[in-house]
Amino acid sequence: MGDPGTKDVLTLEELEASGNIRTGRKHILSVLVENKPGVLTRISGLFARRGFNINTLSVGPTDDEQVSRITITLDGATHPIDQVTKQLHKLINVLKIRDLEPSETVARELALFKVAADSGTRAEVMQICEIFRGKVVDVTKRSIIIEITGTTEKVEAFERMVRPFGLVEMMRTGEIAIARGRGET
Amino acid sequence: MRAVDAVVECLKAEGVDVVFGLPGGANIPTYDAFYDGGIRHILVRHEAGGGHAAEGYAKATGRVGVSLGTSGPGATNLITPIMDAMMDSVPVVFITGQVGTHLLGTDGFQEADIIGITMPAVKHSIMIQHPNEIPRALHEAFHIARTGRPGPVVVDIPTDLSRADIPYEPITDVHLPGYQTFTEGNTKQIRQAAKALAAARRPVIYGGGGVINANASEEFRAFCRSDRFPVTQTLMGLGAFPAPDPQWLGMLGMHGTRAANYAMDEADLICCVGARFDDRITAKLSEFAPRAKFIHIDVDPAEISKNVPAHIPIVGDAKNVLAKLLAEYEALDTDSSRLDEWWQRIAGWQKQYPIEKSFTDSEDTEIKPQRLIQAVYEATGGDAIITSDVGQHQMWTAQHYHFNEPRRWINSGGLGTMGFGLPAAMGAAIGCPDKTVVCITGDGSFQMNTQELATCAQEGIPVKVIISNNGYLGMVRQWQELFWEKRYSQVDLGKYPDFVKLAEAYGCHGVRLTDKTTLVDDLKAAIATPGPVVVDVSVTREENTYPMIPSGSAARDMVG
Repeated sequence: MGDPGTKDVLTLEELEASGNIRTGRKHILSVLVENKPGVLTRISGLFARRGFNINTLSVGPTDDEQVSRITITLDGATHPIDQVTKQLHKLINVLKIRDLEPSETVARELALFKVAADSGTRAEVMQICEIFRGKVVDVTKRSIIIEITGTTEKVEAFERMVRPFGLVEMMRTGEIAIARGRGET
Repeated sequence: MRAVDAVVECLKAEGVDVVFGLPGGANIPTYDAFYDGGIRHILVRHEAGGGHAAEGYAKATGRVGVSLGTSGPGATNLITPIMDAMMDSVPVVFITGQVGTHLLGTDGFQEADIIGITMPAVKHSIMIQHPNEIPRALHEAFHIARTGRPGPVVVDIPTDLSRADIPYEPITDVHLPGYQTFTEGNTKQIRQAAKALAAARRPVIYGGGGVINANASEEFRAFCRSDRFPVTQTLMGLGAFPAPDPQWLGMLGMHGTRAANYAMDEADLICCVGARFDDRITAKLSEFAPRAKFIHIDVDPAEISKNVPAHIPIVGDAKNVLAKLLAEYEALDTDSSRLDEWWQRIAGWQKQYPIEKSFTDSEDTEIKPQRLIQAVYEATGGDAIITSDVGQHQMWTAQHYHFNEPRRWINSGGLGTMGFGLPAAMGAAIGCPDKTVVCITGDGSFQMNTQELATCAQEGIPVKVIISNNGYLGMVRQWQELFWEKRYSQVDLGKYPDFVKLAEAYGCHGVRLTDKTTLVDDLKAAIATPGPVVVDVSVTREENTYPMIPSGSAARDMVG
């Protein structure tokens, strides 16, 4: 119970036993917070001053309007995940933290790619888009905008494929994640 | 009821009998309520003085201190005391005024985003957004400040909201779903700790300020004495275990005793209670206590395994955990003779390196600073509340004034705030009016909050300030001497000011001492003088604080 990487809710009591472990893999922390002003600042400030480096962070409402969910991904190779979660737990506005187990989790991010494509290359780019189940959302004579949804790995793979054509711009939301099965995340 | 009257009612409901502060534009409404609100208010001369006084009050009494400041500069002047309270886990509620809500975010006159500025320095902070929130916010602020690991809480009240008329109902519950404290300690882990202690051949008990914060001194002593455990304490823990005592090794860390540091170095089991393996304790972390396993008892789970991985972690309040640990340990069949060899080794260090021999006395009448501390100990019979500032005099006090009760030693440990001593003494004296309160300070530190002498004079706060005056920023000078080839850069303070005249100008009694042969009697006379007294003691100019673990070295490489 409570070891980093398991799907159980990390409570303070369970955290007692865990040491300063660097797990060496990506972690997705799902953090429920009170929907109050300044909460995001408290969290990002904590990460900054403790030297924890966030890979991605996304915030959104939940089914309860008093509660927001923050999804944070960070690298377990460079961060003691238990120290991160313990420090987060000390923030009064943080209600619940879950370190999501990758195999038990559905994680997705949304990305928009603006790729240089003229009549000569457009067909090829659209073919790649199709393979990745992307959607063309805008086309001009010299460019094309593609929407991709998927795991970080898929988005990164798509980026590698279209980059040679000339990547004008790219935007990514960062991952959101939800636990598989009936139970709450 | 006016919101500001509700503020006063809330403070009364929390048992507050005194607050420290300074009014300004944005909190005039609050001060109107204090005019005849029935709570004593100490008017300080600088908000930082008020903040540190609230800390001194809290540390001396164990109750929550309260400090008030206005918006903008009033609030920013409180940042040092807020951070200080955070580092040393001191329960203080800071109530700041804020500009009116219509001015928020407009760079209004005396506007400062104090919630934003203090975010990394508080246990929690609350910005009032509706006047009706004030009673609950204050109640929860006190609850958060005093429970779990204590700490500072800031409540920021915009001036227009403080003038509103609100329905006041006393709040007795708290609604803080994200705030949990774990105070009991896991029984299985406690049993495991007892077994590990029973098996240890070279154990050391390492206690910190958490023992004092938890009012667990009695339990700590009983547990330490359940066997012949060697005991050492951090700067913040002094007094929880009485000094001197046959089991007492002295303070550990950078300026601790060799016995304590060598014992940590050779220990096979270290039981840490309410301390946090700070860098001033561990010295070079990779070479800290290389043979030891660790039991770590702390009320803050984030401290456990933060710096040193704990083999047996126990999250809980020291008072509860130590009582259970004692019961578990006494239920085991232990043989104290297993510690004979260990005590022989320790006794060797104690005999070879007593702290009394860490300096050589002068041959003439010159007063060595260490001798001054010993004289203060003698003059007060070891029975005073001692506050200190930060630097050499602080370390000498920790080494040479033997604290035998908790809450008698009040200093700034984590943040190391010069200017802490005098206001903290003020707060302690107000919280403990029956005790003699002595502030041992240096000529550098004292000048950082000297203005509070006026507060002492006006309020008749009988603080006795003893200045160990060497005309230097002494600790920096020492480092420059030892590690920077004596290039004394910007540490010479000369002979300014004349502290006796300064004391008199502030309406305090001033006296200068220069002769070591009459020192104890002179100090006794000064301390017996009614009202606030400043004693300026000229000490050896270039004296070093020894022993010392040089920065970046391991404990076994102590010098001096």
